Amino acid sequence: MEEATITILNKLGIHVRPAALIVQLASKFESEIKLNKDGVEVDAKSIMGVMMLAAGMGSKLKITAEGRDEKEAIAALGGLVEAKFNEE
Amino acid sequence: MRNERRIGGIGVSPGVAIGRAFLLGVDELKAPPVRILPHKVEDEIKGFRRALSQAKRELARLRDDSPGEVEGIFGAHLMMLEDPVFLREIEEEVREKRLSVAHIFGERIEEVISHFGGLEDEHFRGRVADIRDVGTRVMAHLLGTEREVLAHLQEEVIVVAHDLSPSDTVQMRKERVIGFVTELGGRTSHTAIMARSLEIPAVVGASRISGEVNPGDMLVVDGQTGRVILRPSPTTLKEYRQVKARLKRFEKTLSRLRDLPAVTPDGRRVELSANIEAPEEAEEIRRKGGYGTGLFRTEYLFMRATLPGEDEQFEVYSQVVRSCGDCPVIIRTVDLGGDKFVSHFRVPKEVNPFLGWRGIRLCLQNRGFFKIQLRAILRASALGRVGIMFPMVSGVGEVREAKGIIEETKEELRGQGIEFDEGIQVGIMVEVPSAAILADLLAPEVNFFSIGTNDLTQYCLAVDRVNPNVSYLYEPLHPAVLKLINQVVEAGHRHGIWVGLCGELGADPAAAVALLGMGLDELSVSPVAIPQIKLVIRGTAYSLAQRVAKEVLAITTPQEIREYLEGLLKNNFPQLNI
Repeated sequence: MEEATITILNKLGIHVRPAALIVQLASKFESEIKLNKDGVEVDAKSIMGVMMLAAGMGSKLKITAEGRDEKEAIAALGGLVEAKFNEE
Repeated sequence: MRNERRIGGIGVSPGVAIGRAFLLGVDELKAPPVRILPHKVEDEIKGFRRALSQAKRELARLRDDSPGEVEGIFGAHLMMLEDPVFLREIEEEVREKRLSVAHIFGERIEEVISHFGGLEDEHFRGRVADIRDVGTRVMAHLLGTEREVLAHLQEEVIVVAHDLSPSDTVQMRKERVIGFVTELGGRTSHTAIMARSLEIPAVVGASRISGEVNPGDMLVVDGQTGRVILRPSPTTLKEYRQVKARLKRFEKTLSRLRDLPAVTPDGRRVELSANIEAPEEAEEIRRKGGYGTGLFRTEYLFMRATLPGEDEQFEVYSQVVRSCGDCPVIIRTVDLGGDKFVSHFRVPKEVNPFLGWRGIRLCLQNRGFFKIQLRAILRASALGRVGIMFPMVSGVGEVREAKGIIEETKEELRGQGIEFDEGIQVGIMVEVPSAAILADLLAPEVNFFSIGTNDLTQYCLAVDRVNPNVSYLYEPLHPAVLKLINQVVEAGHRHGIWVGLCGELGADPAAAVALLGMGLDELSVSPVAIPQIKLVIRGTAYSLAQRVAKEVLAITTPQEIREYLEGLLKNNFPQLNI
């Protein structure tokens, strides 16, 4: 299992569009991917779940991935968040 | 029979409608729990999947028909309906509880909504609308819907809804719908624009209606005052039937003026134009007998998650320019800040946002952003008669700087061989008192002035009109405001430029006489106000209006000014007193 902790940097946080981008990206991987914020864990392939996290700017998320492509999944998702979802 | 009940909303399309309520899914997410027999459970789930794929097909179509950002929103809606975790949980719950999927789905959506509704961050709270949209779309298919009934209405109804979507209004049998009441919406929401184009009375923002109204209830909708009366008493009904008849006669008079110019009996012509903020509203101007667009507000384009690009802005401006034909279209560069959404710019929390970083101030410090809008406006100027107007100007320096950026932008366009109107007019809103006081110095710099009375009043009198403790002091007919207006007109004319007015004051028929007399060349009002202002202009000799203006400028208090002007209006235009 791979895991990483990331900080949400874009101003509006994970609103609809970023949530959609996370899910699209996560769905490309075979691994089971979870996002955890303050103890609440959701499936990164579920847009309802990701939106329900309501992760605003500055909030910290733990990403865990388990499966054949877990390393790549973590790297890709971390990159997306770091790039602020290409919004700013 | 319950008693008469009055509910307030925003009147967005004038007129009075009296009829029975047709409820269009006011509470679309609530379906009663219906037991499902064990051998029917899988059918129920199949029905759910069918409803999902119908909803997805609709969304895919909407997505493909929508530009840019909206496309992204519908795309995200689609993903919600493909969410493996969410759907699996619902199906599992149906199997486990053996209750109708409509009930369970509705409940789950409500749960998500209440989760988002309880969050502190307003951007996340805003998600409620998206989730509700997706939820109701699926529910409509699960419940096989009143929306279809709407296409086959047999009697006249007043449609009451949480909100109306473009697809709702498209399929409506329009000759049977005599009024709209919605819980959501504002003056430029889809419902409002639609109602005005169909010329049926409408009230939006009647937020409490769903809890009060039953299908088939008698309703009175007053699209002027925004009042909705549920189950009116016989007395109320009689009263409103009379109002309706009077309005009808009055409208007839007004509609005869539609194709006539706004000119006084002694030949003074005024450009009677309209203030709009959605491109679709441009169609209303002609229909109401207006001339051009005196103020196209562009803020709505920017109040969303990603900024519009040059091409998208160009499309919007072109649409307005095309609708207005040979008539002028004054496009105001974006007035973000103050009370308007500015998350794109890192605007720190301001103690006094109305005195803060807004309008031209914000644009001059975000040149790249400003230039995109100027390029789009300049490109649209090749298609008609466009003017550029800067908001919140407080002195000559800002005008010179902004004009410099226009020149740079023109140079770039020339270099790229892109067409624009070389003679495009450039003007300013006069809404900051310093600009009104300096009108003599500003006039040589521009082609026109347009007086924004709403902000001018609030800045001049130091009154925040949304503060209930001081809003009684907000009065555009204050002698100080009128003196400033008069001074701006005189200064403009001394320098040979035209002077217009685009504040709400221009739509007040009592004030219109005095404004006419001060010599304003243009009045720009909301499209619905055009006919009555035209009536006043066509019925008032300019020589009389000039005398009135002179007298008004000598009166001491706002109350006396209002009494004087309203008395005059009552005498000269008794038909306006309804």
